[in-house]
Amino acid sequence: METLRDFERDLEEMREYYSHGKTKEASWRKTQLKGLLTLLKEKEGDILNALKQDLGKHQIGILIKTLNLALDSLRGWMSGRKAKLPQIALLTSAEIVPEPLGLVLIISSWNFHFGLSLEPMIVALAAGKTVVLKPSELAPASASLLATATSTYLDNKAVKIIQGGPSVGEQLIQQRWDKIFFTVGSAHVGRIVMSAAVKHLTPVTLELGGKCPAVLDSLSSSWDIKVAVKRIVHGKFGCCAGQACRAIDYILVEKKFTRTMMELMKSMIKEMFGENPKESPSIARIINKQHLLRLKNLLKDPHVDASTVFGGSVDKDNLFIEPTILVDHPLQAEIMTDEIFGPLLPIITPEKIEDSIQFINSKPKALAIYCFTKNKTLQRRMISETSSGSVTFNDTIIQYAADTLPFGGIGGSGFGRYRGKFSFDTFSHEKAVTRRSFLTEFWFRFPPWNNHKFQLLAFTFNYDYLGLVLVILGLKSYRQGLNDI
Amino acid sequence: MNISMELLRNFSSVGAGASREFSYPFTRKTKQRQLSFVYLSRTSYSFKSCSATLSLTAEVEEKPKLDVDKAALLARELRKTFNSGRTTNYEWRMSQLKSIEKMLEEKENDITEALYKDLSKPGLEAFVAEISQVKSSCKLALKELSRWMIPEKVKTSLTTYPSSAEIVSEPLGVVLVISTWNFPFLLSLDPVIGAISAGNAVVLKPSEISPATSLLLSNLVEEYLDQSAIRVVEGSVDETTALLEQKWDKILYTGSARVGRIVMAAAAKHLTPVILELGGKCPSVVDSNINLQVAVRRIIYGKWACNNGQACIGVDYIITTKDFAPKLIDALRYELEQFFGKDPMESKDMSRIVSSSHFARLASLMDDDLVSDKIVLGGQRDVNQLKIAPTILLDVPEDAQIMQEEIFGPLMPILTVEKLEDSFKIIQSKPKPLAAYLFTDDEQLKKNFVQNISSGGMLINDTILHVATDGLPFGGVGESGMGSYHGKFSFDAFSHKKAVLYRSFNADASIRYPPYTTQKQRLLKAVINGDIVSLILALIGR
Repeated sequence: METLRDFERDLEEMREYYSHGKTKEASWRKTQLKGLLTLLKEKEGDILNALKQDLGKHQIGILIKTLNLALDSLRGWMSGRKAKLPQIALLTSAEIVPEPLGLVLIISSWNFHFGLSLEPMIVALAAGKTVVLKPSELAPASASLLATATSTYLDNKAVKIIQGGPSVGEQLIQQRWDKIFFTVGSAHVGRIVMSAAVKHLTPVTLELGGKCPAVLDSLSSSWDIKVAVKRIVHGKFGCCAGQACRAIDYILVEKKFTRTMMELMKSMIKEMFGENPKESPSIARIINKQHLLRLKNLLKDPHVDASTVFGGSVDKDNLFIEPTILVDHPLQAEIMTDEIFGPLLPIITPEKIEDSIQFINSKPKALAIYCFTKNKTLQRRMISETSSGSVTFNDTIIQYAADTLPFGGIGGSGFGRYRGKFSFDTFSHEKAVTRRSFLTEFWFRFPPWNNHKFQLLAFTFNYDYLGLVLVILGLKSYRQGLNDI
Repeated sequence: MNISMELLRNFSSVGAGASREFSYPFTRKTKQRQLSFVYLSRTSYSFKSCSATLSLTAEVEEKPKLDVDKAALLARELRKTFNSGRTTNYEWRMSQLKSIEKMLEEKENDITEALYKDLSKPGLEAFVAEISQVKSSCKLALKELSRWMIPEKVKTSLTTYPSSAEIVSEPLGVVLVISTWNFPFLLSLDPVIGAISAGNAVVLKPSEISPATSLLLSNLVEEYLDQSAIRVVEGSVDETTALLEQKWDKILYTGSARVGRIVMAAAAKHLTPVILELGGKCPSVVDSNINLQVAVRRIIYGKWACNNGQACIGVDYIITTKDFAPKLIDALRYELEQFFGKDPMESKDMSRIVSSSHFARLASLMDDDLVSDKIVLGGQRDVNQLKIAPTILLDVPEDAQIMQEEIFGPLMPILTVEKLEDSFKIIQSKPKPLAAYLFTDDEQLKKNFVQNISSGGMLINDTILHVATDGLPFGGVGESGMGSYHGKFSFDAFSHKKAVLYRSFNADASIRYPPYTTQKQRLLKAVINGDIVSLILALIGR
């Protein structure tokens, strides 16, 4: 592991490298993106292996899509936007120029290690910056793969991977950055990062988590019910075994509809993960013993234990927890206060589905709300009366795949947004640039000031061009004095 | 002085009614166009009020202070209003914005009056730089709000087919705006307009260093706006600290980097996003191939006619070539005299220094041994009137204090370089400024400047004007702050962009779900990559 002095020198070198302006060139950015693309294609097998070692996971997500998007859109993203000006601003032009922020720190999380590490990195490179990535030490296989792979495929002077535990992370956030992009999930660590960023006034993007609810309306068509339950099961257990910041945390469903849903859910779990889910390659492990014990403790509460209607077995040696469903456990239980981040699914049963809005509002703002309903009024109310990072109707997780939508939290679930063009904006400073000519000038802008000038300015600011011309030509007299405007 | 204390007390207790009566005689006199006389009498009056200002602060101390409990109560009340959905309502937002517009129409005199008390700000400067800017923000919001509020439809991809998606702008909740004294009216109300148009409840804390405007804002907001959702808290450090203890959904702070850090640290406790509008040393690079008269006028406009240099986007220092410096100084000298007369200390067209402590700070910058012999123009000061004449210093050393901190006053150092390109290094060696100015006719130089200099905003061949453009974001980078606002950007700054995706129950592809087979993985990859050929291949099982 590197010592503090070592990476301080590294960072100094990177800043120096950045200041030469090479990373700002479109061609450099393109080369890096292409390098990443080759990395993903050539190392796909290794990546899958590493993921399997760390989590028993299977797919690599949608990085290639982001890469292609970045490659295709780079020109468009990089060019400035013209801003509209009033007519009076003759011979003046204004534009917003996206400017790279310099040196960024990305601290990624273990649950979607490659996704959460490379996704921000792709766009940071597209935005022309130098990047330090600190992968999570909790998923060591993918962390070291990231380190070796990036050093072969990317510009070493501009991209550095620094591995290590919390102490390294702590030292890193003390350094001077131009942006810190942080996805670890806990609001607690988010606070620490933001407090450290104060020292150098570094803007931060925090992608945290929160308890994401899924609201299931009493659907009438059996096909709809089936599809909804399938998507819920996938959005909980099929999503890194619930260890995802946007995975479903709990379900809200009407009391009378609970039985129908439960039956379907049980059969769906069997269909997807087999009779014995422990043997299934399609469900992820728990990341480590500590997390497993935390989850086990949540189940220990006697009231919670009593409400377990499905699953509940824990295999400490294989770091496996069976998909577990709890119905109507006490609402003040610990499982309802913190983000669960595991394959435990509490079900809450209000009398009317509309009551779920109030329930959601009583909790901190979530990263996502999932709502299964065909009722347009409920859809509208869900959008306007609750607050969350995103709302998805009739599906789960998939909103992340829509790169035209910003991904990011609000309140306790973080701030700042990314995905696609939004990531580019997150890593860029929008510099306002105005160009003026020496040819047009309003003499009345300058002191010494008198009522005449004042009147002209008042017309100018009201865009009253006729009045302006009339006063200049002396055809209109100014009635007002300086102090009774 | 006692008399003015009395007056101020009346002013504060009776409120807007009294102040109108109070300012009336002055208005009358201006009507007779005896400008110089009016200003003379007003100067002496303002001078009195300035010394009373200090005692006024003491008086504020005696008032029941806003402590942590009261601040918590205030935040709770506003949150209750916000949770009731009152502020989210379009009609409510419009009604508040209209009230602000009405207030600007009706109270323009009082506002000019208050700004004069605080800063001797010339009436025209108050109008141009503050009142008209707030007006145009308000007008724009009124005109565009319905359009801003429409959810933005976005395209969706094959991966999520069939679906529709939109981005909904949602109010953040209860926000805190902490403003500052140099443009105490504009920098208070402009963000508040943004917060209201985005549908938030808002608490405004104006600066205690401009007490007259602070008091006026407090009275006006109470008179014109919805008290259940929009409040002003007056006070200084203790009140600000009490406010910062509370949980806000966004904090917009305008001021110094030092306090900016305090604000951000407080915000970190509640994970509150912040917008920091700080300052920095805004450079102005002057080439020799320019229309000198126009350029010099614009530089003077951006320094001395802009709150006498006490502006975060004001020109802080000039860089020019060694050969050109004498010409530039001559032109500055000539135009300064045109603007402010032979004796600028007598000019009524220039603001004074805001407080005696700021005056002392500026005086010490001038008295620095390293620079005291570099003054080529001006240098006069009058501690009683808190006035400093436009002062130009040539070739000050880099390590002098005046080049280390933001000047925020009427002192203008001119640095000279051999080649104009060398100016880039000087600018880059300092923290990133809020604005950077360049005067040149050389297209290549313009391009290089935009490319290589990092600053919040940038203006070629003029000063200040770029912030009056609603279509441009106003905000800093690095030490000059983070986040931006103005026009639509204000609305966005105080909104959360909620991603909403609508899916139907139809066309449910089984490949998404476990058990994951090799064929499913291939298919999924093809779908995600939008690769039609491999999609078909995978489908037919090859």
